Amino acid sequence: MTRKLLAALASWLYAALLFGFIFLPVVVLVLFSFQDGRLPVPPFNGFSLRWYEAVFADGKLMAALLHSFLVATVSSLVACLFGFLAAYALARYRLPGSALQRGLLIAPMTVSYLIIALGLLTVLNALGVGLSLWTVGIGHVVINLPLCFALIYSSMGAHHVNIERAARDLGAGEVKVMLLVTAPMLLPSLLAAFFLSVTFSWDEFIIAFLLSRFDVTLPVEIWSLLRSGLNPKTNAIGSLVFLVSVSVLMVLELWLFRRTRKS
Amino acid sequence: MTARSLKDKEQRKAWAFVVPALVWTLAFFVTPFLFMVAMSLWTQQGGMIVQSWTLANYLAFFEKSALFKGLVNSLEITAIVTVLSVLLAYPLAWIIAERVPRRFQRLALTLAVLPFWTSYVVRSYSWLLVLSKTGVINQTLMQIGLIGQPLELASNRTATVIGFVHFFVMLLTLTIYANLVQLSPNYRRAAADLGANGLQTFWHVILPLTLPGIMTGAFLTFVLCIGDYVTPQILGGNNELVLPQIIMLQLGRRADFPMAAALSIILMLVITAAYIACARWLKIERA
Repeated sequence: MTRKLLAALASWLYAALLFGFIFLPVVVLVLFSFQDGRLPVPPFNGFSLRWYEAVFADGKLMAALLHSFLVATVSSLVACLFGFLAAYALARYRLPGSALQRGLLIAPMTVSYLIIALGLLTVLNALGVGLSLWTVGIGHVVINLPLCFALIYSSMGAHHVNIERAARDLGAGEVKVMLLVTAPMLLPSLLAAFFLSVTFSWDEFIIAFLLSRFDVTLPVEIWSLLRSGLNPKTNAIGSLVFLVSVSVLMVLELWLFRRTRKS
Repeated sequence: MTARSLKDKEQRKAWAFVVPALVWTLAFFVTPFLFMVAMSLWTQQGGMIVQSWTLANYLAFFEKSALFKGLVNSLEITAIVTVLSVLLAYPLAWIIAERVPRRFQRLALTLAVLPFWTSYVVRSYSWLLVLSKTGVINQTLMQIGLIGQPLELASNRTATVIGFVHFFVMLLTLTIYANLVQLSPNYRRAAADLGANGLQTFWHVILPLTLPGIMTGAFLTFVLCIGDYVTPQILGGNNELVLPQIIMLQLGRRADFPMAAALSIILMLVITAAYIACARWLKIERA
């Protein structure tokens, strides 16, 4: 009996310690974003919102926020669309070399972002193409396309085929079947693929760093903020991003996944 | 219309659907990669790229200790991080799967990976707040009088490892938990019926069954850790550079693209070797 109690106690202690380790940096980050002073380290001088004001007054940060949003949505839409079309073709038709095609489409997933970025950079340099948000977007489609394809392809079960056949028998054309029958049936995985790519693109650093020049995304702008050392403004923008991500996550959890569970 | 031409028409349509994704991957992934392989076999001389085939960059990698040391550092740090993360995450995943009541498990898991959602660059910066000379740990220890001078906790290998382990403990808790909850309780009952005690059951039954989850997580950890530039750059200081930092140095100060390309190919070969080593545990299947 005591052994059992001791084991229970030990496991709760372990869980508490690990949760402490996991949460320590986040708690420090958020707490000292409210610091009334110039350094985001102890002692805590008092509560102030001045660093949040500083974030919203910083034109470069706000521009970077907008750029990140644009790159994330546009590149995820492209990745999702191309991924869906390819998944549809490879799951519903017999194409020569389909295993090879699947392998090719998944391949970028197995390569480090650094290498993908470097490859694109050398080619763009050789072709004399200038770096911009567009080149960042191209890179982000490269990393998100395999993810979208794999997610959507894996949810294209055989049980959907008969419904599509029925639609075709009733006179729907190929595009109509795809848009009005297949896509709605796959809506949960389409949305999951889209939001997952948005998260990846939103948070991606190395590709955005190497493939952008004047207009940069948020992680790259935060990176240049780090050069000024410990700064409560960095805490404030970091906390804001965390807050937004967690809220989006909660909305998705409550709305999207609850819906899938019901259906 | 004959059946034959109908089939051709269908095929053409299917090709039209798959072509955008294929073209994108070929143009922006395969071509750049092949170009990089070619680039790695050229050299940079006096600010110009000399396009004659040579293994000079690869030979330089093995001859110059500064470059080779980068790979050694990368491998050491990655190995330490992978092992530590598995060892720390497994008990946590087990506690969530076994001790936490079923209806709170999802909540516990969500909480355990919540800091995942801080921005990637910001996460390393947060550890700087904790570990730096004026940071939380040093200030606390000085406050209670344990130390007189602040300790050098940041800007070294330990800081890099802590930053990495923090991230990968969350990731591995997810993969191992997913594996643990799939196990049928019958395995444990059978083991108990056959007279195994708790430890034996774990060692001979549970652990082998959760090996795929561990290996998937460990492989992900390896790949993401060895290719990362941000965490060592922020937390690691300048004494011990890892391979991605050395690659970035070639790009920045020296604009030596051929060397950077050669180092990237080496990095990729290392990852491929790791994949081959783990391949029999990694099964990515269509649901």
